[in-house]
Amino acid sequence: MGLTLEAGVGDAIRAHGVETYPNECCGALYGREGVVTATYALPNTTEEGPRRRFLVRPQDYREAEKRASALGIELLGFYHSHPDHPARPSQYDLDHAWPFFSYVIVSVKAGVPEDMTSWRLQEDRSAFDQENLTHA
Amino acid sequence: MPNTIHIPTPLRPFTDKKESVEVSGATVGELLKDLTTRHDGLKKHLYTDEGRLRNFVNVYLNDEDIRYLQKEQTPVKPGDQLSIVPSVAGGSSDDLRN
Repeated sequence: MGLTLEAGVGDAIRAHGVETYPNECCGALYGREGVVTATYALPNTTEEGPRRRFLVRPQDYREAEKRASALGIELLGFYHSHPDHPARPSQYDLDHAWPFFSYVIVSVKAGVPEDMTSWRLQEDRSAFDQENLTHA
Repeated sequence: MPNTIHIPTPLRPFTDKKESVEVSGATVGELLKDLTTRHDGLKKHLYTDEGRLRNFVNVYLNDEDIRYLQKEQTPVKPGDQLSIVPSVAGGSSDDLRN
């Protein structure tokens, strides 16, 4: 299992993470069969503190899903940034994860994007598996 | 007459990739129970181990959030449509101060 980011996708995620630093950014990943061809930046609507949390509201999720149908591609998952934290999922990420989605995390340290990783929830919800992330 | 439930993308692998499925019941809770009985593997993604709907799982009855109705006890009429809509949440740290 792996995820491939087409040209420009990784840069778009990093740029979004830099733009919202020191807050977390979030957005949708679109494509087909494990290849991400487009992203869609979404507002981080958390009320818990955007430096350490992100939230995509149900109405924004619905729009993201409708967008996939309109474009004739699949919603493959979501990305978010970890400002000044490593690109590894937290327990909070795990508790809130949906199955079969890819979760791309970019670490942004002092405003500069660093590692990018991708994760999938295990079937029994006990942990994430790291996906092999490649850049086309 | 059965009711339909709209299934979000990450749960469609459990429903043979169908965007909506037909279910039967007299309340929202019964429709959800019918759904999880018919489609193996769905229950743990919708409910906690204590049997409560997970807080990032939003359920709408004809576009109304069931939290503002009678939650899972909300009665349903023939033809009413249910939607499961995810909230997607996460964060860098379990400690909001760090």
